[in-house]
Amino acid sequence: MSSKIPERTKRRVEDILSRYPRREAALLPVLSALQEERGFLSPSDEEWAAETLGLPPVKVREVVTFYSLFRRKPAGRHHLQVCTNVSCALNGADGLLSHLRQKLGVSEGEMTGDGRFSLAAVECLGNCDQAPCLMINDEHYGRLDLRTLDEILEKLG
Amino acid sequence: MILAGDRFLTRDFDLEHLYRIESYAARGGYQAAAKALKTMTPDEVLEEVKAANLRGRGGAGFPAGIKWGFVPRETDAPRYLCVNADEGEPGTFKDRYLMSHNPHRLLEGMILASYAVGIRTAYVYIRGEYGAIARRLEAAVTEAKASGWLGDHIAGTEFGLEVFIHRGAGSYICGEETALLESLEGKRGHPRLKPPFPASVGLFRCPTVINNVETICNIPDIILHGAEAFLRRGLSRDGGTRLFSVSGAVAKPGCYELPAGASLRELIFDRAGGMRLGRKLKAVIPGGLSAPVLLEKEIDIRLDGDSLVEAGSMLGSAGIIVIDDQTPMTMVLDKMAGFYAHESCGQCSPCRIGTAWMARIASRLRSGRRRDGDLETILRLAANIKGRTLCPMGDAAALPIAALVTKFRDELERTS
Repeated sequence: MSSKIPERTKRRVEDILSRYPRREAALLPVLSALQEERGFLSPSDEEWAAETLGLPPVKVREVVTFYSLFRRKPAGRHHLQVCTNVSCALNGADGLLSHLRQKLGVSEGEMTGDGRFSLAAVECLGNCDQAPCLMINDEHYGRLDLRTLDEILEKLG
Repeated sequence: MILAGDRFLTRDFDLEHLYRIESYAARGGYQAAAKALKTMTPDEVLEEVKAANLRGRGGAGFPAGIKWGFVPRETDAPRYLCVNADEGEPGTFKDRYLMSHNPHRLLEGMILASYAVGIRTAYVYIRGEYGAIARRLEAAVTEAKASGWLGDHIAGTEFGLEVFIHRGAGSYICGEETALLESLEGKRGHPRLKPPFPASVGLFRCPTVINNVETICNIPDIILHGAEAFLRRGLSRDGGTRLFSVSGAVAKPGCYELPAGASLRELIFDRAGGMRLGRKLKAVIPGGLSAPVLLEKEIDIRLDGDSLVEAGSMLGSAGIIVIDDQTPMTMVLDKMAGFYAHESCGQCSPCRIGTAWMARIASRLRSGRRRDGDLETILRLAANIKGRTLCPMGDAAALPIAALVTKFRDELERTS
């Protein structure tokens, strides 16, 4: 089971563990590090985290299912998270989202057939002065309209 | 009155590399830490912050010095500082500005707070979506360690401090201080029953201080220039300046630093450029989404804690969302109710069930399928959530929804 975890991730986890007086406190950053490898958390990732931190597997599952940034199924190479809260909605967020649905042919929570894009509608990203905004993987993009959004998607490959 | 040019927290923000330690030090950075560690006792630092009436900038507005004073003195247990950088209140982005432009000011404030309370380990809990900023903070910690401002024997004294950056993973409730502690301990963000308060039983069951980013960033100036100078900067009883996040239907959305007690109308029309595209102002949410909405006729108001409470709202996180006359309030209500339903942690039934129920009704109203009694049901649900949950999120959901339905009842009935 643990052989699937790359060495570099194991080294990162050791560093993460050194920051906390209790191993279980490292759970969120450890899960984030594991998710970075594959884009989602597999059952074996969860088991490895539980074993490494000395936690019952159910405790790990509880945490994975609580936080919106953890994913239990594969995401696209470019995971689009569109803010739909009030400040963005006042600046056209709903239009951006329906444009993406149409253009990519997917609904929120789905991935395109070629695995390039996945789409999610999310709550406030703390980027309201750049409304309407979205995140693509870890990057923020703001002041979007349909044209700039199309241009960004073109460039992603 | 707005005092143009009186910037303290955002001073030097136009400097390109302020986030590097050399630039920060060249502008007087770490002088407050040097002054405190070499010439002041921890109690003197604590008293200065108390005298400054530095009210918390995260939402609740509790005075920071008083909070520090609650930490028990006679204990062998380690004490912790947790900086709340979760910034999830919709309409709020000021802490992002502070951390990305000037991470060392945050670290210097953390040194001062830790020195005052006898803390040797501190965590910055930063929301998971702020990845680039977390990396900037990590880099600042590395720089500060290399320059002797973190680690053992800071400034050649006996005082030492370790700072760790901890990223969240997407959850609004983790901005609530006890949920933040649970999350930092590797668990679901379920708020704890208080008392005990974190000052006595906090992180890893040890005494813990939790302060917002902006609160901590004010401390270096208070120590360097004194509580008096800080108090004078406010236009009302609250000391200092505030960072206002202005968004929505304004011409120039952005982060504006003004004295506490500045006028809401002037902030919107003089600083933020007024309404965009010739629209008219219809309503303002003055303190993050959880703050009850103000009507156009109510915006001649001072932006300080007491004035907004008198007006039936709150200054909260000072996130100001401006709503224009072409926006249907059914849309705002739908977004608002949907948000709280999504973010309720599920522990308390009134919040878990009530927010989901309100969201279903709000969604129905937006699509024009209102049933008889829908608005009364929302108001009844809000009244039954209020005061019946163990954390403030119940009220944070109930109050703005009830205010919106009450103040825009005619429009909602007409358009749903």
